[in-house]
Amino acid sequence: MSLAERIRDALMHAVVELDEDVLGRIEWARKSEAELGGGAVGSTASLAVLDAILENLRIAKEKRLPMCQDTGLFLVFVDVGRESTLPLSTIEEAIHSGCLRAVEQAYYRRSVVSEPVFERKNTTNNMPPAIYYNLVDGSDVTIQILLKGFGSENCCSVRMLNPTGGPEAVIKAVGEIVTLAGGKPCPPIFIGVGLGGTMDRAAYLSKRALLRDVRIGHRDPQYRKLEEDILSHVQSLGIGSGGLGGVITALSVAIEAEPTHIAGMPLAVSINCWADRKAKVVYKEGEDA
Amino acid sequence: MRKFTLPLTPNDIAAMHAYDQVKLSGKLYVGRDQVHRLLFGMIERNEELPISLKGATIYYMGPSPAPKGMVIGACGPTTSARMDPFAPTLLDRGMSVIIGKGPRSTAVHDAIVRNKAVYLQAFGGCGALYAEAVKRVTPVAFSELGPEALIELEVEDFPVIVAIDSHGGSVFSRP
Repeated sequence: MSLAERIRDALMHAVVELDEDVLGRIEWARKSEAELGGGAVGSTASLAVLDAILENLRIAKEKRLPMCQDTGLFLVFVDVGRESTLPLSTIEEAIHSGCLRAVEQAYYRRSVVSEPVFERKNTTNNMPPAIYYNLVDGSDVTIQILLKGFGSENCCSVRMLNPTGGPEAVIKAVGEIVTLAGGKPCPPIFIGVGLGGTMDRAAYLSKRALLRDVRIGHRDPQYRKLEEDILSHVQSLGIGSGGLGGVITALSVAIEAEPTHIAGMPLAVSINCWADRKAKVVYKEGEDA
Repeated sequence: MRKFTLPLTPNDIAAMHAYDQVKLSGKLYVGRDQVHRLLFGMIERNEELPISLKGATIYYMGPSPAPKGMVIGACGPTTSARMDPFAPTLLDRGMSVIIGKGPRSTAVHDAIVRNKAVYLQAFGGCGALYAEAVKRVTPVAFSELGPEALIELEVEDFPVIVAIDSHGGSVFSRP
């Protein structure tokens, strides 16, 4: 199977079914809301939302229908092994072709306009995807694609924090951004936090954080603790599923961090809705392209 | 769960309270960002609108394409807040039911109460679930907008939660 066909298949699957780690967190939220909500009016409404989400996923899978009408913008992360001999132009063509075929064959909504301000003319095929290329060790080429819905994308934000703020400043800023989002991004949400770099690097890292298996915490225990502290702060905000006031607002928090300047602590928060749809294809040296 | 038939009567609306889970059957209009911008422009220029707003139900949504054998694709709600700049004007002109998701501005909240209207929240992201509730789709206007066109749906047992009621009750903490 060609690389383009593998990308198409992964995208056709991603728009209909959630990965096991993501689904597991939604089921965890349903259980936690029932146990901890205490029958409060907001919690009862949040439970109805979580039940609807699970029923929706069942119908989507059975009917092979997109789980959400906002099938998103293709946000593509390509990690190219330094020893890979696959030409970048081949990778780019495979991504374009795979995306195009998935849009046609899996009934993606045409949600992309050719420029943001004036005519906003629909490209009618969700092209072009937004692609980041990144060099990594080894010879594999790993292609990861987020189907990024814009109800949640509109709630993302960047803050240039004070370098002396420490973890408290990070927790407070994420809490403010999530509070401002409220019920808009289809909570319960997944939160990606980018820290360090420059303003744009932090934003990039916050999206990369969303790619991680949500069952796995940060490799550094300090950052893992920070992920847990942000999550418990966000749960205390009382936004709940659908913004209706339950005890579970977020499904996970993932941080990606990198070196930064002595004068700054860039922070970016990417919010994803519960429909955290991702496709992943790993190309091994020598396979069909 | 209480069931209602669209269009809602003033008595139906008065009987709805925040957090109530209800099911709707009947006809409603679908319009989102660009439809609101266009309708708003027509109102400002005193032009005749393609639909009557009196007692109308508007659902903020843009569907994915209908697969073979279905009348519509995934069709869950879009974020209501983007329609906040336009909603008070439409409510003042008679629109009485809005279906969307997420919090509204104070101006919209006040316009809902002032006009004895109601704001209903559909389940966000549940596009496949709502596809089951749609029985018929009729194009109405602005077809050039593709997935953002103004259409009419006939729905059956369409589930929503009352989010802002005509008495001022709300599921959202006030901004």
